[in-house]
Amino acid sequence: MTAATILIVDDEPPIRRLLRTSLASQGFQVIETADGRSALAEIERSCPDLVVLDLGLPDLDGLEVIRLLRADGNVVPILVLSSRSDEKGKVEALDLGADDYVTKPFGTAELFARIRAALRHRLQQQGEQPIFRSSDLEVDLVHRIVRVRGGEVKLTPKEYDILRMLVAHAGKVLTHRMLMSEVWGGETDVQYLRIYVRQLRQKIEINPERPQYILTETGIGYRLRME
Amino acid sequence: MPEQNGEPKRPDPEALLREAATETRGHLKVFLGAAPGVGKTYEMLLSAAAQRRAGVDVVIGLVETHGRVETEALVRDFEIIPRKHIEYNDRHLDEMDLDAILARKPSLVLVDELAHTNAPGSRHPKRYQDVDDLLAAGIDVYTAVNIQHLESLNDVVQQITRIRVRETVPDAFLDRADEIEVIDLTPADLIQRVKEGKVYVPMTAERALAHYFSPGNLTALRELALRRTAQRVDQQLLTHMQAHAISGPWSAGDRVLVVVNEHPKAAALVRYARRIAERLGARWTALYVETPRSLRLNEAARDRIAEALRMAGRLGGEAVTIPGRELAGEILDYAAKNNFSHIVIGRSARSRWHELLFGSITYEIVRRAGNVAVHVVTGAEKLTPTAQAIDTRPTTAAFAPRPYLISVALVGLAVGCGEVLARFLNVQNVALVFLTAVLVSAVAFGLRAALFASLLSVLAFNLFFLPPYYSITISDPENVVALFFFLVVALVASNLTASVRAQAMVARQRARTTEDLYLFSRKLAGIASMDDLLWAISSQVASMLKVRVVLFLPENGALELKTAWPPEDVAEEADLAAAKWSWESNKPAGRGADTLPGAKRLFMPMRTGRGPVAVIGIDSDKQGPLLTPDEQRLLDALADQAALAIERINLSENFDKAQRAAERDRLQAALLTSISHDLRTPLASILGAADGLAGLPDLSADDRKALLSTIQEEAERLNRFIANLLDMTKLESGAVAPNMALVDLGDVVGSTLRRADKILADHRIETALPPDLPMIKLDAVLFEQVLFNLLDNAAKYAPAGTTISLQGTCEGTTVRLQVQDEGPGIPQAELERIFDKFYRVRKADSQRAGTGLGLAICRGFVEAMGGTIEASNRASGHGAVFTVVLPVPNSNEPRAMP
Repeated sequence: MTAATILIVDDEPPIRRLLRTSLASQGFQVIETADGRSALAEIERSCPDLVVLDLGLPDLDGLEVIRLLRADGNVVPILVLSSRSDEKGKVEALDLGADDYVTKPFGTAELFARIRAALRHRLQQQGEQPIFRSSDLEVDLVHRIVRVRGGEVKLTPKEYDILRMLVAHAGKVLTHRMLMSEVWGGETDVQYLRIYVRQLRQKIEINPERPQYILTETGIGYRLRME
Repeated sequence: MPEQNGEPKRPDPEALLREAATETRGHLKVFLGAAPGVGKTYEMLLSAAAQRRAGVDVVIGLVETHGRVETEALVRDFEIIPRKHIEYNDRHLDEMDLDAILARKPSLVLVDELAHTNAPGSRHPKRYQDVDDLLAAGIDVYTAVNIQHLESLNDVVQQITRIRVRETVPDAFLDRADEIEVIDLTPADLIQRVKEGKVYVPMTAERALAHYFSPGNLTALRELALRRTAQRVDQQLLTHMQAHAISGPWSAGDRVLVVVNEHPKAAALVRYARRIAERLGARWTALYVETPRSLRLNEAARDRIAEALRMAGRLGGEAVTIPGRELAGEILDYAAKNNFSHIVIGRSARSRWHELLFGSITYEIVRRAGNVAVHVVTGAEKLTPTAQAIDTRPTTAAFAPRPYLISVALVGLAVGCGEVLARFLNVQNVALVFLTAVLVSAVAFGLRAALFASLLSVLAFNLFFLPPYYSITISDPENVVALFFFLVVALVASNLTASVRAQAMVARQRARTTEDLYLFSRKLAGIASMDDLLWAISSQVASMLKVRVVLFLPENGALELKTAWPPEDVAEEADLAAAKWSWESNKPAGRGADTLPGAKRLFMPMRTGRGPVAVIGIDSDKQGPLLTPDEQRLLDALADQAALAIERINLSENFDKAQRAAERDRLQAALLTSISHDLRTPLASILGAADGLAGLPDLSADDRKALLSTIQEEAERLNRFIANLLDMTKLESGAVAPNMALVDLGDVVGSTLRRADKILADHRIETALPPDLPMIKLDAVLFEQVLFNLLDNAAKYAPAGTTISLQGTCEGTTVRLQVQDEGPGIPQAELERIFDKFYRVRKADSQRAGTGLGLAICRGFVEAMGGTIEASNRASGHGAVFTVVLPVPNSNEPRAMP
């Protein structure tokens, strides 16, 4: 596999420098732009494998960039950089088609994990693994069997649907809306989702109060932890 | 008027010397009481016990327990210097052993009964001189004394209590005290204590209560004590008093009574009395004695009396009306009972003849005044006949025939009864039957009907019972005399009865008015906001006088309609002009008044001693004058009370504004300190560490790692601080709009714990959340921040290795989440303050404290979500507990279906 190319879109030179240095050290090819329009042009021109996109850009809103890309049919994974208190912006970016987000200020370890998950997800779209494993959790997607530490766990169909969604996007955040539209096929109340997630945790987590598989991204959605 | 300090004074060299001397002297604290039994000794012992617990070397030089159990219990714990026995004239006397105390040299000594006179042969004649020696030796002294023992107040106290106190302490001694604590007890409480036998008095309790411990005496003594101490209290108190419209300072020794009557000079008398009172710094009262004569006064005279009394109220005095017959006696009696030291009266306006025949009240008062100073004011003031400003309804009631018809019937009944009785009794006795009819008529209908009945009775008696019957002539001269005396008796009795009836009616009327006023003022007193107050005023006035009411208040220099009753009432142009004129000229205007009578309403200024505060406008659908004279007077009184209430709120709003401004300044200062400290400290560490990494080439791997982790940790700390500042700004600007949804508490707890992983690395975390905890409505993001801040706080204060526990419980309609730590806990006094912005609990080792924002944010967020948060300490001892309580939504919770 050739080194993946990552486009950094941020108007702050120090952030670009940090990202460039740390990503290059991990063996990625790095290109960068400072605003939305040149980002769109650059994506068109060099087809990067992943875009790290800051939401607050001087010319085009980062959300607008995502909207334009997705409207154009471009499926390049997008990792959004946003500030802590901007939960609404994050959800909107994700619902528009961004793959994941990292909150500024962020640690490089977290950034790499997100990038890897997003890249892997792109590869998996071509050929899904039949059995998913994360520490003691095992999900057999073909036979719809869930095992925790070797023992089989009985899930209701809805619980299984939620888990399957999370597994399909393992490591990536899923917004409430994504989960709900996938599992219930449309609008439903977020509290139903919360109740099912609680039940699911009771069944698969060792300590449901401090879950290690299904993590809550407060105000946004859920994420299945990848080992 | 409050006394202000003059220009700043240069330090007086002698004062500096004195100050230098006091540095080596002991510290003197005086527990000052208003009367025996208020608990000075007890308080002194309590304070001393606190000192002893703090490690101060305290001994008792002398304390009199007077056998009080509570006091004796306190004394037991102290070291007591034995008293010295002195033999004098075959008497055993126990005195404080000054030399023993000086030899023992404690840090603090307690000496009770400062005014005590020592037995002959002691070192000093007076105990306060002993105390002086103790202070000179550098020993701190707590002592107790009653106000009556103060030299300068000795005379005043004697006047009040009629008891001469022989043991006194010079004022200068009290002035030198470093600290004075007034032990205050309300007279009612103290009297209760005397009754219960808890107070040592050298006579029986009943006698003491009747004399020394009468409520009047105690009130006066209490005022003296408070005033004496208030002299030492600074500007702060004055500001407070002004803000709460408390007039002062007061003098308990001097009170001025001004007697008003219907005389046109009454207002001048009131002003004169106020001047005297002001000079004396005294409280003053305007008194009107309502006699039977008052009933016969015309409306103009009644208005003058009411105006004089109201004026007294406006000028800061008190207005009192008492019923009575004999003026001089009532006035003097009132003055004596209420401790007045000055009486102001006008010179009698009666003629010499009148004075010779009936005596002069003025002379009578001067003659019988005794200790009270009497000021007789001769009226030099011109009598300006004031045109009646407001047209009021005439009071001459239309002729009502009913009383006379019933009187005729009563006399007829008397004739009937008389016919029957005359068969058994002497005819003279029948006169008594007629007299009964006259009296009944007088009681029921008043003087006129009674006079009519009297004459009718004479006629009927003559016609039916005196021979020759059915003729006006009387044959027997004896009967003529009888008839004459019957007439005299009937007239006198009617007059007396009718005047009693009239007085009773007036008293009832006054009682009703007083009660109305009282209720009105009570209603107003409880109101804290201007809108509510204006609402209450207009609705009350409207319902009491059966009129429509509008209220105008000045706002930004212009008069504005603030409230109307009924609420939909609006003011027209002409009304506005009348209201304005009334405001500017401080006189009534509009309907029925001299100025702008074309307006729909009558407007009157509402004023206090400081000037007008509002304008009230009234109107009704009635034809003719709006108000009767009585109603007019009631309105005046209501307006005065309302004006005071408005002023009170104005003042307290100003006071609040000033306080808010001060609070804002304090917060700004705290914010600056916080930002400069909390931003710079981590920045300094980061910069230093980065410099080290860049500039020191031969660092060991460990050192590099240490510097790197410094950068990481400090940057994270900085990040948390900035997040807090942002949250606080959001709260302050009201930008927090919780996005409420049903949330699983365990879910939020889990994500918070994950986020707080690093800061909790040194602590054990225990969670106890029952699985059946109901979902609650909250904003998950805000709540996560609340939990994070609480955990951050716990991690900061509780030592490493201890447990932080999170417990959720459902109690009825609320869910309670508690975060408990095993740290030092929170000092009791700071449990509430820790939620204040920039407030940090002081830490002895000045170890890294919080930013002082975290808990303030917690409270702000929790309250925005409709919950409460409280701090407490664990019952078991060590550790703080933060409890968040949130309501469970009562909607039927959705249940998950399989």
